[in-house]
Amino acid sequence: MSVDTAELRVAFVGLPNCGKTALFNRLTGSRQKVANYPGVTVERKEGVFAAPSGRRYRLLDLPGTYGLKPTTLDEAITRDVALGRVAQEPRPETIVLVADATHLPLSLRLALEVRRLGLPMVMVLNMSDVARRRGFAIDREALSRELGAPVIETVATRSGGADALIAELERLAVPTHPVPPVSGWQEPTAAEVTATHTEAARLLELAGYREPLRSRAVAVADRILMNPFAGMLILAALLFFVFQAVFSWAAWPMDLIDAGVTALAEFVRGALPEGSLRSLLADGVIAGVGSVIVFLPQIVILFAFILALEDSGYLPRAAYLLDRVMGSVGLSGRAFIPLLSSFACAIPGIMATRTIPNLRDRIVTILVAPLMTCSARLPVYALLIAAFIPQRDIGVFNLQGLVLFVLYFAGVASALLVAWVAKLIAGGQNNHLLMLELPDYQWPSWRNLALGLWEKTRVFLARAGGIILALMVLLWFLSTYPAPPVGATGAAIEYSFAGQLGKALAVVLAPIGFNWQIAIALIPGLAAREVAVGALGTVYALSGDEEAVTTALSSVIASEWGLPTGLALLAWYVFAPQCLATLAVVRRETNGWRYPLLMLVYLFALAYLAAFVTYRVTLAMTG
Amino acid sequence: MSPEPRHPDAPRDSRRRLTALAVGERARVAEVLTDDPISRRLIEVGFVPGAFIEVIASMWPAADPLAIRVGGSTFALRRHEAERIVIT
Repeated sequence: MSVDTAELRVAFVGLPNCGKTALFNRLTGSRQKVANYPGVTVERKEGVFAAPSGRRYRLLDLPGTYGLKPTTLDEAITRDVALGRVAQEPRPETIVLVADATHLPLSLRLALEVRRLGLPMVMVLNMSDVARRRGFAIDREALSRELGAPVIETVATRSGGADALIAELERLAVPTHPVPPVSGWQEPTAAEVTATHTEAARLLELAGYREPLRSRAVAVADRILMNPFAGMLILAALLFFVFQAVFSWAAWPMDLIDAGVTALAEFVRGALPEGSLRSLLADGVIAGVGSVIVFLPQIVILFAFILALEDSGYLPRAAYLLDRVMGSVGLSGRAFIPLLSSFACAIPGIMATRTIPNLRDRIVTILVAPLMTCSARLPVYALLIAAFIPQRDIGVFNLQGLVLFVLYFAGVASALLVAWVAKLIAGGQNNHLLMLELPDYQWPSWRNLALGLWEKTRVFLARAGGIILALMVLLWFLSTYPAPPVGATGAAIEYSFAGQLGKALAVVLAPIGFNWQIAIALIPGLAAREVAVGALGTVYALSGDEEAVTTALSSVIASEWGLPTGLALLAWYVFAPQCLATLAVVRRETNGWRYPLLMLVYLFALAYLAAFVTYRVTLAMTG
Repeated sequence: MSPEPRHPDAPRDSRRRLTALAVGERARVAEVLTDDPISRRLIEVGFVPGAFIEVIASMWPAADPLAIRVGGSTFALRRHEAERIVIT
């Protein structure tokens, strides 16, 4: 973070959901840098833009807050940056207070609190077009006079919609200079907060503020969508549709990526002479990168839905509907969004837990997130189901489909169970904060959706990709060296470090019905769960392209393992924490080894137990 | 289901609470009890004396959480949060 004195540092402050990020996106486009504040896991979003005059601005998008009295880590950061109390974060020279024009009273109250910090401030009435259309009215000049700060209008969703803000910043021409931190600032008391409400109401009255009655359409929509019965049915139908879409729409791009990666690996194999370098590139690097990006289509589609639902204002209502169910096991309704994301991949899900204010709630949500069936488990499930579950119809259901559903359900049910146990251990109190704002409904904007997706994808690739790639290279090394002795008969992997480790592990895994081939495959599967499929192919020394390997593998394991082992491995995979990338992200998000280790231990214990029970019961039943 | 939480400083306060309202009913805020982060946040988001409120929705079976309209915004509150709000 270099201090460039030629750039004016502008901080965006506003309520959650005020359109602040949309306005930020409008000004900076994709010229953004996303990182964390030092020492905490609060996202720091910075972007730059140049005004037509050539003057450069460095924008900081601070986390949304209702006031300068924080209840979450995010809100504390907003306060501390505004006060100049964050290390390595120079105090901003100007504050842009972004207000949703359809939501003025609370924004204006925040503005009054922020004004006391003594920085030049511009108040922005965003979504002014929507406000006018809905019948809101305000005398902007009167408000500006009373507030003692310029008040301008923007439409973040329209091209050029932020020009007025740029013009105002240029007109103010705040000199770039280091601003000293505030000294002697006191947190406002309850009485002072009440006083700012009164003051905001007074200013709004002076400015002739009028707001329309709540529209009938919205009232009716809320009555249906938040009805305990109809609302739940609609939510269930919506989730069903989303999952259907994630799996069917993602199929062909995933095939395409898969084919591309395979072709690239083939090309490298053909172009390079036989040797370590060729093997490292083809089997380590390319296969590693491929195993990450093959999940991008599913992640992108799921996130497109999540972002659209979030933008439209529906997601908080879903959290409202589910709060009771989740509260009964000690989770917050807010955990719904992170857990939903975890169906694509636990990594973005775990990162999304930052919005949960209560630390204990957040930790429990992180701990159960890997129990949501992520897309990396699907190839493993698909292989085992094809090998062991007959293709038969039971009533209107297909047996194989039914088993897949049971596996998904087992994940969700065990997550609820684990959360409930955590609640018992941590004490039974249930007085956590929900206090969730249910914003007005609106149409999601395409531009925001695209930028949001781009950001999620980038963060996923950067955080997961780097870790998985490094692990793949390491595991490639472990499963390639030492090379098999001359005249060896088995597969090369059998003689490697991974093979030796697998054979040692097989002793421990024998009670749950796993043979040494499975034990070996579980080791490369540590990088990403689905890699175990390819590893099994290697162990059984099958060759050919991936599809051929999978088909051949299916019949090999069907004849060699027996049903109890097959089902035990399925049960194992419901829990198995075989994703080091997830553990690494947990370590990062919780700033320590305690929770990743706890997660590792409890998931392994559950996986072992589930596989053991499944194996023994099936063995007893099939004789 | 746990019994409704009571507040240490108002155990026998007999005034009406927000939780006494049915869906669709309106009232005015008289006071928010207890000075802690939850209450301060309630005040911050607009539950100040005199503010009009309306119960928009409540969840089955125990009317927890509730959706409350206040000052042009809607908030979902858990019952124990809403219990702090005294109404007239």
